Amino acid sequence: MYKYTDFDAAFIKERNAQFRSQVERRIDGSLTEDEFKPLRLMNGLYLQLHAYMLRVAIPYGTLNGRQMDKLADIADRWDKGYGHFTTRQNIQFNWPELRDIPDMLDALAEVQMHAIQTSGNTIRNVTADHFAGAAADEIADPRPVAELIRQWSTDHPEFQFLPRKFKVAVTGSPNDRAVTKAHDIGLRMLERDGVAGFEVIVGGGLGRTPMIGKVLRDFLPREDLLPYLEAIVSVYNLLGRRDNKYKARIKITVHENGIDDFRARVEERFALIRPQFGGIDQQLLAGIEADFAAPDFKTKPVADFEAAYTNDPVFRSWADTNLTDHRAPGYAIVSISLKAHAATPGDATSAQMRVMADLARDYGHDELRISHEQNVILPHVHKSDLPALHARLKEAQLATANIGLISDIIACPGMDYCALATARSIPIAQEIATRFDDLKLEHDIGPLKIKISGCINACGHHHVGHIGILGLDRAGVENYQITLGGDGSEDATIGERAGPGFSADEIIPAVERIVMAYLELRDAPEETFLETYRRIGLAPFKAALYPEVQADAA
Amino acid sequence: MPKAFTPKVVTANHLLKGDVIYQTATGWTRDLAEAEVLTDEADADLRLIDAAQQVSLVVGAYLADVDTAGGVPKPTHFREDFRARGPSNYAHGKQEDLSNV
Ligand code: HEM
Ligand code: SF4
Repeated sequence: MYKYTDFDAAFIKERNAQFRSQVERRIDGSLTEDEFKPLRLMNGLYLQLHAYMLRVAIPYGTLNGRQMDKLADIADRWDKGYGHFTTRQNIQFNWPELRDIPDMLDALAEVQMHAIQTSGNTIRNVTADHFAGAAADEIADPRPVAELIRQWSTDHPEFQFLPRKFKVAVTGSPNDRAVTKAHDIGLRMLERDGVAGFEVIVGGGLGRTPMIGKVLRDFLPREDLLPYLEAIVSVYNLLGRRDNKYKARIKITVHENGIDDFRARVEERFALIRPQFGGIDQQLLAGIEADFAAPDFKTKPVADFEAAYTNDPVFRSWADTNLTDHRAPGYAIVSISLKAHAATPGDATSAQMRVMADLARDYGHDELRISHEQNVILPHVHKSDLPALHARLKEAQLATANIGLISDIIACPGMDYCALATARSIPIAQEIATRFDDLKLEHDIGPLKIKISGCINACGHHHVGHIGILGLDRAGVENYQITLGGDGSEDATIGERAGPGFSADEIIPAVERIVMAYLELRDAPEETFLETYRRIGLAPFKAALYPEVQADAA
Repeated sequence: MPKAFTPKVVTANHLLKGDVIYQTATGWTRDLAEAEVLTDEADADLRLIDAAQQVSLVVGAYLADVDTAGGVPKPTHFREDFRARGPSNYAHGKQEDLSNV
């Protein structure tokens, strides 16, 4: 893991002191809210529906046990004993008081964490594949590159007032678990003729105008990364629209100017600034890489695992859904579900955070990851430790065997917390999970991603959900619109709108009708929902969703 | 034809706590039932200006519609309902503190 240098530590300390004085001046009345708001947003502090909200970065989703313990301490001391993990590898605290924020930031700094650039029109927390450094399909660990980008972008003087927020995601695997095509810049690590580099994707994004990113460079040598990123962001900074907030993201810039024109400008700028990057960035990267050296993997027999797998059906079911292939023999990647049926997706209590920290220390080389699907990962666990680990997860109510299944729902906070929301998301997620748990169909249905947002900003990624749900306000009543066939993987696709929305009472039965239609229409139990959808298209699902329309037409 | 003015309250977030507050004739309350109901448009505008000037106490004051049918003000829109009550997934926020919601 990356370790802070003295420079980093001094920087955070100074920045926190600065913010402490800004908070004091807001409280004593010397700063107005209009003056204070941009300052608090630069430090991850929002004012939401019922309280302040502090958004803390978990860069590229990586943290260790001590950091997780500190998040638990913060939740207990200054919040209500829980935290909310988001799709952007952040944690949000929903109930802090203004006076306590500087202390919270100082507590975070003790474990090398912060809330800088988790808000505002700047380069946000850099996200990465949550199986980084562990996945069997990985070409290279994306985290050193993500850390390099973080260092370059943090407090970058030119990029603090971009037209709009700016999100970068990196993956080192061909199977894209970082949703790179829905980011302002998506980087996919490649190797071509023995040379390491990137495919650079630009102009993806969800929100009001969802778009899949376009390839800006099909191969960028690794040494050119920072100057090339700098060229992209500075072209966007100049060209991006500031006249209309809704047209300000780079996806619109690329769309309005055309990818070829945009590319020509980036290449021109790149040629100009390339010589300024004299190799220091590469030296830095080499140092960072050393910090991400793989742990010492053990060689041990896996007989205990096999015995538990054969004899304990509960363990087997969990292992089948929550484990992923590791690149080291005998190891597995463990996904801990924060989606217990009827729970709030992405929430963990402080007690659960401490259990996860302990498990990471006891069985997982002290490493944890946060996934963009709002779950927690133990990336390196030896299979022989899995039965014991599973038992402890069960005790902490963290052993739900549903990763990738219908109840593993991404849901944004919606109108239960978010000031921008037009409807609630959480209760819908809770009801869907409970309903399919009651039906005992979840495992039969197999891989199916439902994603829910409470407004068009699409924080819950609904456009790339196999089933996407968007909460709206229709004449003062919550109404839910369904999209189908979205996909956030390397084959990223924006879902198609199914038709008119549903009331809060109708939405669960509507989802059930879609799923029942799938179970009828699939070729074989192996054919996933998305595969069926791609084979037969929207029409049969539409018929299932709106039976009354069919009846009228008949 | 201009729309008839419907009853409103002045609401905002508390600067220090961040929680939802409502203006009364003399100050602020955390309970919507105790809010001052404004039935005259010019009066409401003045009360809002007064609220907006209290910069070291409140943030983001605005006028919210209320229904006064039962004698005490009640939210007319679900957003104001959640603001008056708290989130639906936990008994947090106002529902923690107030016995009457
Ligand atoms: C409750 C506080 C939150 C606020 C005020 C907020 C605000 C926003 C806004 C304004 C956008 C639209 C930006 C645009 O398209 O220009 C957005 C998008 C987004 N937010 Fe949030 N958000 C919040 C919470 C979350 C949470 C909890 C998550 C994760 C579960 C999240 C993840 C995202 C993502 C992934 C997008 C995607 C759209 C994109 O940038 O392409 N946000 N958010
Ligand atoms: S999608 Fe809308 S409601 Fe949900 S968190 Fe984002 S901004 Fe809030």
